[in-house]
Amino acid sequence: MREASSSAGTAGGDVLTLTAEGLYCPAGGFHIDPVRPVERALVTHGHADHARPGNGAVLASRETLDIMAIRYGEDFAGRRQQARPGEVLRIGEVRVSFHPAGHVLGSMQVRIETAQGMRTVVSGDYKRQADPTCAPFELLACEVFVTEATFGLPVFRHPPAAEEIGKLLKSLSLFPERTHLVGAYSLGKAQRVIAELRAAGYGRTIYLHGALERLCAYYQAQGIDLGSLEPVGRQAKELAGEIVLCPPGQLADRWARRFGDPVTAVASGWVRVRARARQRGAELPLVISDHADWDGLRETVAQTGAGEIWVTHGAEDALVHWCRQQGLAARPLNLLGYGDEGDAAEPAGKGKAAETAAGIGSET
Amino acid sequence: MQRFAALLDRLSFEPRRSAKLALMADYFRSESDPARGLALAALTGGLSFRHAKPAMLRALVAERVDPHLFELSYDFVGDLSETIALIWPAAEGGEIAPPELPEVVQRLQQAGRGEAPGMIAGWLDALDETGRWALLKLVTGGLRVGVSARLAKTAVAALGPLQADDIEQVWHGMSPPYDGLFAWALGEGEPPQTDDPVPFRPAMLAHPLEPRDIEALDTADFAAEWKWDGIRVQAAASKGQDGRLRRRLYSRTGDDISAAFPDLVETLDFDAALDGELLVVIDGIAQSFNALQQRLNRKTVSAKLMRELPAAIRAYDLLALGGEDLRERPFRERRALLERFLGQLDHPRIDLSPLVPSPDWEALAKAREAPADHHEGEDAAAIEGLMLKRWDAAYVPGRPKGQWYKWKRDPFRVDAVLMYAQRGHGKRSSYYSDYTFGVWREGEEGAELVPVGKAYFGFTDEELLEIDRFVRQNTINRFGPVREVRHEPQAGLVIEVAFEGLNRPPRHKSGLAMRFPRVARLRWDKPPAEADRIETLLALLPQDEVSAAT
Ligand SMILES: [Zn+2]
Ligand SMILES: [Zn+2]
Repeated sequence: MREASSSAGTAGGDVLTLTAEGLYCPAGGFHIDPVRPVERALVTHGHADHARPGNGAVLASRETLDIMAIRYGEDFAGRRQQARPGEVLRIGEVRVSFHPAGHVLGSMQVRIETAQGMRTVVSGDYKRQADPTCAPFELLACEVFVTEATFGLPVFRHPPAAEEIGKLLKSLSLFPERTHLVGAYSLGKAQRVIAELRAAGYGRTIYLHGALERLCAYYQAQGIDLGSLEPVGRQAKELAGEIVLCPPGQLADRWARRFGDPVTAVASGWVRVRARARQRGAELPLVISDHADWDGLRETVAQTGAGEIWVTHGAEDALVHWCRQQGLAARPLNLLGYGDEGDAAEPAGKGKAAETAAGIGSET
Repeated sequence: MQRFAALLDRLSFEPRRSAKLALMADYFRSESDPARGLALAALTGGLSFRHAKPAMLRALVAERVDPHLFELSYDFVGDLSETIALIWPAAEGGEIAPPELPEVVQRLQQAGRGEAPGMIAGWLDALDETGRWALLKLVTGGLRVGVSARLAKTAVAALGPLQADDIEQVWHGMSPPYDGLFAWALGEGEPPQTDDPVPFRPAMLAHPLEPRDIEALDTADFAAEWKWDGIRVQAAASKGQDGRLRRRLYSRTGDDISAAFPDLVETLDFDAALDGELLVVIDGIAQSFNALQQRLNRKTVSAKLMRELPAAIRAYDLLALGGEDLRERPFRERRALLERFLGQLDHPRIDLSPLVPSPDWEALAKAREAPADHHEGEDAAAIEGLMLKRWDAAYVPGRPKGQWYKWKRDPFRVDAVLMYAQRGHGKRSSYYSDYTFGVWREGEEGAELVPVGKAYFGFTDEELLEIDRFVRQNTINRFGPVREVRHEPQAGLVIEVAFEGLNRPPRHKSGLAMRFPRVARLRWDKPPAEADRIETLLALLPQDEVSAAT
């Protein structure tokens, strides 16, 4: 973790600094997505690498607050406050507003405006692709843009989700006697895969691993139509030819053995790279991501009009290099604790997988 | 091209043999000629393009992509073709119709050195990520999608009533795009007329001799031969309709390996097809497999290597002579014809594999234990056991029951599949030098590999480098210092493991533990599907050995 002083001398450095807990706004007295408990946290969305329990107070969208309560229990924070999209709140000496990031249900960007009118936007995780399960990304003009870069390499260009869903349906017709087991993160990815399947005309019941049930039920309660869903429960071979969703870590687990000889699909942006797809045990990689791809990152950086770009959460080097070529001031934040999905040396079925199995996966 | 790309994409991730067959059959059934024939040629290694080399591809991408961004990406992806496929920027000026496979093959084969880069760049512009990846794999010649030539032919056969061996029969008389092959396989046309005078004749294979066989079989019904430590080949020569002599050397699986052995192939001046063992023979003495191994898997061979390690054939069967197919005849007749044929041929690089007297099992057991005492030549060290062939057996492709047996000299050898590799210690710490290997067993969901032991010596320095490279390129999982490598029926590394004994420890996954296991040899020539089964090991347990000796 860098010292707070390293951000001095830049425009953004006047508004945000880096502390051991993460991004901190001294003028507002709050952290954004802190990695350790703090007094006052602004949380962009419910993924475990952004939303952690134990903070004194949490300000987040209604959905994010609900999701944190589902995952961590009602006492996940001392106090909670709901941020309505677009509503401007005065916190300390700055004005703060939340705006949709298009990442998962309830995901927000945070805009901070100083008394002098300088605007800083912290993107959180975001994507520009359409997603039937959440509000679309809202473009915000600003002077300083703190962007994620999970897929910040030019090899990542996500295809339309419908194309990938088409691969799944084609496989289902080629191997109608085999269960199609799809590994998808429990918050966001699973619901998006289901919604995209429905959009492609797939009407059969979709079966869920236990770790996905609560969040799918929550999405449905929020009015997102996911069609007929059913827990896998004790069903096994009778699900031949059906689509079953589970957290990615379960694909290589004992749990998956009950299906006999399933086709193992993985829905993730990482499976665009073959070695990564193999590591994740994908026989049918579905390149479906809830993050901006390389083109999306560049487009967004350009459209914000920001002259200063801070890059975090992933492959910072490439995007920083590109920004500087465009004449933008850019710096990598190298924040620890976010998006550790990028670590290739991770064994399947261990550690992280156990975490995702418990339903608190952190894509992402 | 896009449908071919989709096929390669699925195959590259699919570990199951049956599913690979289904994917290929689905493609062959729905694709038309000549695209499917060219796809088959690509899958069987039958296409090559002179001008598409990694350096040229790097130069192409350097024109379009920032070098620093490329290096960061290449670091992350790890594979050059894949990095280029993913990073290639979208073409300016909108969509271009993607090329069809026949167009790509035809134009690139006819292209001159100067034209090829522009041609490939144009196609890269027109294709999507998967299409670009498949194009680059195709033109650089390394598909590596876990499909052997044999499996691809099996998929063609699976389109209708044919067997893979039916395809093999006509295979070497055809060339891409194999006109008429698919119509025949689909039952819609006549067998393709080939005028190949030297087709591959699918090999007849032996079963391992089990203790119960010894009780049940009479040695008088069998010819016994030495089992040589080389590779099984078929050497065929014959005149075509044009009067020109064609010569070919085939591996046991039907791969044409002539190019690696011109010293031998050019001397095949006869009209016959021989079945025999390929060996390096120096001054009449067959050398160890290690000598031969240096000459395998080569596209070309230097004069020096041919001089130092001259190849020869020790023949043990005659499949065709003077245009007549002898395979229906009993081995007794074929052997007599072989002896007469070789006697007349008097060829410096082809000799006869001698018979071993087999009055009874005791005599055979002794010969197997101590070949040097029972073999007149000075190359008993190149003997790895005995072959038993039924005198009245016809030559039948595949592994027919009760006809041929192999009785290996060292019973403690198995062909196992590399499953995991771990970094070594000390000066080997940068190499993957500790290997966990497995053999097949019948699991709930079909054949599966079960780990049976670990080996961390027995290989040469050169072999260590080869295995290390294999491990790095075929990692599918990492667990700290341990890598799991590909180990599928059609993709993986077969290791011949030698060991001193076997017992049943109380707690071991397979119920077996090897004593002193070591890497005896790398079997790059063998698909994992052909590695040994757990039953082979179970048969080696001590109590069985006792009955085998009596
Ligand atoms: Zn996220
Ligand atoms: Zn994240």
